[in-house]
Amino acid sequence: MPARANGERSPAHYDVRLIQVKPAKGRYRENLAQTSEAFAQIAEEGTPDLIVLPEAAMTGYFLEGAVYDLAQPAKAFATDLARAWREGAGDRDVELCCGFYENDDGTYYNSALYLRVGAKGHEIVHVHRKMFLPTYGMFDEERFLSRGRRLQTFETRIGRMAMLICEDVWHAIMPTIAAIKGARVLLVPSAAPGRGIEGDSELTSITHWREILRASATEHGVYVLYAGLTGFEGGKGMTGSSCIIDPRGHVTVKAPEIGECVVSGTIDLREADLARASLPLLGDLGAVLPDLLLDDELPLPKGRP
Amino acid sequence: MLAVIRENTAALQQPPPINPEVATRWLEAFLRDELIERRGIGRAVIGLSGGVDSAVTAYLCARALGAENVYAFRMPYKSSSPASLADAQLVIDALGIHARTIGITGAVDGYLQFEPDADARRRGNVMARTRMVVLFDQSAKLDALPIGTGNKTERLLGYFTWHADDTPPVNPLGDLFKTQVWALARYLGVPQALIDKAPSADLEADQTDEGDLGITYARADAILAQLLLGYNDQQLIERGFDARDVGLVRRRVDSTHWKRHLPTTATLTNTAINEFYLRPVDY
Repeated sequence: MPARANGERSPAHYDVRLIQVKPAKGRYRENLAQTSEAFAQIAEEGTPDLIVLPEAAMTGYFLEGAVYDLAQPAKAFATDLARAWREGAGDRDVELCCGFYENDDGTYYNSALYLRVGAKGHEIVHVHRKMFLPTYGMFDEERFLSRGRRLQTFETRIGRMAMLICEDVWHAIMPTIAAIKGARVLLVPSAAPGRGIEGDSELTSITHWREILRASATEHGVYVLYAGLTGFEGGKGMTGSSCIIDPRGHVTVKAPEIGECVVSGTIDLREADLARASLPLLGDLGAVLPDLLLDDELPLPKGRP
Repeated sequence: MLAVIRENTAALQQPPPINPEVATRWLEAFLRDELIERRGIGRAVIGLSGGVDSAVTAYLCARALGAENVYAFRMPYKSSSPASLADAQLVIDALGIHARTIGITGAVDGYLQFEPDADARRRGNVMARTRMVVLFDQSAKLDALPIGTGNKTERLLGYFTWHADDTPPVNPLGDLFKTQVWALARYLGVPQALIDKAPSADLEADQTDEGDLGITYARADAILAQLLLGYNDQQLIERGFDARDVGLVRRRVDSTHWKRHLPTTATLTNTAINEFYLRPVDY
């Protein structure tokens, strides 16, 4: 959605960027420096409201035991990311979302950080710890990492959001809960190794991903910002395809599957309002949800374990 | 009367499908990433046998790296078929890649003169391993990387020489069944003669893969594709496959798991490599 014809920006209208990267495996400082260059390039065209980077964007995804070499406290990562922004773009205000491996006093997580950076410093707005750790086939996350225990939404300059890391969003209940908790924008940092060579024009896993993301957007009337790693890690090719999906399910801009790039687009929260007005599924769910959750056939624990 | 739309169960018995355009795009990116980005090596060394696997590998490397960066080696033994040399030449001419012929008869016979009673299998293994000696040495000389050509079917059936055909550090075809490699060959424009001829290891006169294996690639691939999805023998037979074929494929897969692994190392400590000390190949 372009800015208004008179050049004045609607208060509901925001500029966002996705950075699709191919990090050098394990070279954290080198990848941070590259990210800073990408920030500088973005800032040349003006400062967006939000920049989203993929899962494990500063280290690469498949680390096995090296995750213990590279994971760090959220505070330390926030400081590094804020410095990378300032070195690339100066003192301008921005909000950043980026996946990283977190070391929380010896407990390790696959996390995503939401960071507010400004002239006066930086502030961690939220850290989401991946809840669904793929541990099958080529994936072995739960061997090395602990599961996050809570899906929270948080307030940003764009409105209420949630971060869902990769497999988190494959479980329909996750975007559902995020939307019920007020999220109007879902951020999905991801590292998706491609597979399936029988598709029409792309790997079948890419098609599957887009179907999942579009379904989330349309069911709940939310924007979905998907930032994917690209490039091969030991023969496993990350499928890029970073994209923005509007609340009616349209892919408004999409990166190719192969190659680093910046994806530039917009969020207009009026679109979310209109989408929810014309397809009020979230409102319907709010009415029915108590009945669903109170169903005593559901294997729900009594209180938090 | 309502029309009845039936599921197509015949498709279950077909070899697995492939979109060669998608696979090619992905494999080109794989080769560029693994060679240039990760290792800083822009040249590939390929043993060109005259068969379809090494031809497809050469075509992919030429697309990914440029023909000027692909070095093909023909390595005939004295009993190798002259037709194999000629078929390899078709690929060399079509792509304009570098090519050299280095006979391995002297090297192979230099050893086998001490083992005159070695049977065909042992002799074949010596030839395969000698070819890898040549490829790795040429890659050191040319500042290049040897590229593997083994496909998923032969890997699953164990139809290769361990620590020979499977040794190159990068392999673009290892997750593609033989029938998918043929489809890729047609898409890439590999000379028809190489696609049409019966695949052969060319280690003995008149040898063919399908003769050695006792099953066609089309049948083996259809069975393998479903076997890998977890279907047991009874389920495969219920899906229309021949019990003899299913048994043959199952026995070959089950007796060759070791060929798809690194050597077995005695684990004695809490820091055993690849058991406790785990680092990815690209770390």
